[in-house]
Amino acid sequence: MNGPQDLGGQMGFGPVAPEKDEPLFHAEWEKRALGLTIAAGAMGHWNIDESRHTRESLHPADYYSSTYYEIWIKALERLLQRHGFVSPEELGKGHATGKGTEPKRVLKAENVAAALAKGGPCDRPMTAPPRFSAGDRVRTHNFNPQTHTRLPRYARGKAGIVEAVREGFVFPDTNAHGKGENPQFVYTVTFPAAEIWGDGADPTLTVSIDAWESYLEPA
Amino acid sequence: MAHDHPEHHHDNELDPMAARVRALETILTEKGLVDPKAIDAIVDTYETKVGPRNGARVVAKAWSDPEFSGWLQRDATEAISSLGYTGRQGEHMQAVFNTSDTHNLVVCTLCSCYPWSVLGLPPVWYKAPPYRSRAVIDPRGVLAEFDLVLPETTKIRVWDSTAELRYLVVPLRPAGTEGFSEEQLAELVTRDSMIGTGLALTPEAA
Repeated sequence: MNGPQDLGGQMGFGPVAPEKDEPLFHAEWEKRALGLTIAAGAMGHWNIDESRHTRESLHPADYYSSTYYEIWIKALERLLQRHGFVSPEELGKGHATGKGTEPKRVLKAENVAAALAKGGPCDRPMTAPPRFSAGDRVRTHNFNPQTHTRLPRYARGKAGIVEAVREGFVFPDTNAHGKGENPQFVYTVTFPAAEIWGDGADPTLTVSIDAWESYLEPA
Repeated sequence: MAHDHPEHHHDNELDPMAARVRALETILTEKGLVDPKAIDAIVDTYETKVGPRNGARVVAKAWSDPEFSGWLQRDATEAISSLGYTGRQGEHMQAVFNTSDTHNLVVCTLCSCYPWSVLGLPPVWYKAPPYRSRAVIDPRGVLAEFDLVLPETTKIRVWDSTAELRYLVVPLRPAGTEGFSEEQLAELVTRDSMIGTGLALTPEAA
């Protein structure tokens, strides 16, 4: 979706303002927000693509005025409601008032180290060969789906070169919506800045994205 | 009413986000959906175990050991995992090497993808709109805000982490480090140099 998350090339947000010796967390609640997001995700009722889509579905004004941990928490509340774990009433009261969905599993403290060390690999075995090879000229698809996609607006309809063929990966555009993993090969595609930004582009700049096979056509 | 009463910390005295997160944790704990001790363990992992020192050791080894460097180039996930760094947001790693004429910069314009297994949690600026919007269109302007001004002829390669590959920049080894041990070299590798918003420190600056 052309949501607030799709930031590449937007203007007006001001300087980056890196902090000197920034703390890992800026408030105690950020620690709990990180842990809650990971622990709730570990129940196994939604995937990373649905999480991302929920975050980018926040109203743009809300998204842009929230810090990243705020975005996580607002999206987590939505995910928990959508999947029947908590009710709006409970969120209002700050306490459990009834039963909800039974979790598939609950992450216990003693399993945290193993769970984090394992992660959640998204590569999948592929049966058919990749459609493209390194060095191929390709053009990215031009589309504007209302649903989740990982092809940023700035890189749609652009000609580039396949730099590398990666493995098969879960396809976020369907996986975010409960429509299956449908793995596709992913390719690293490189564009000269002029192809993307046109007049005045930095001649020394190239931008590379990682694109699923269906985002690409031969050029 | 302006007096601070630190002994009375009720929810209604918390700032709104602190209260909101506490409410959510309370509900999920009461329902048996999360274990507060698991949250403690997650936080502890990223406060004390997984951080940019991991990545610094990878880079220092790549500088010292051509065989490892080659492995890192071919299969970063396996090479990095041989040092014990695996897991969440590092499942599919890619290393990109700075050279005398090319500088690499990593961003995630669409969210906040970042190689946690080697760099830990991303800094606030990495996740915020100014960096995410500008890194792909005006990287030199962004780098200047990190006090990094590259020669006009240096090629800049920006990697937008749009899929599940996570990028680690291997900065150039600083001059004057001949004979340094891997431990000494790792001290020169800053987090920002592995994102591309900085260079490795010189021995004088370290």
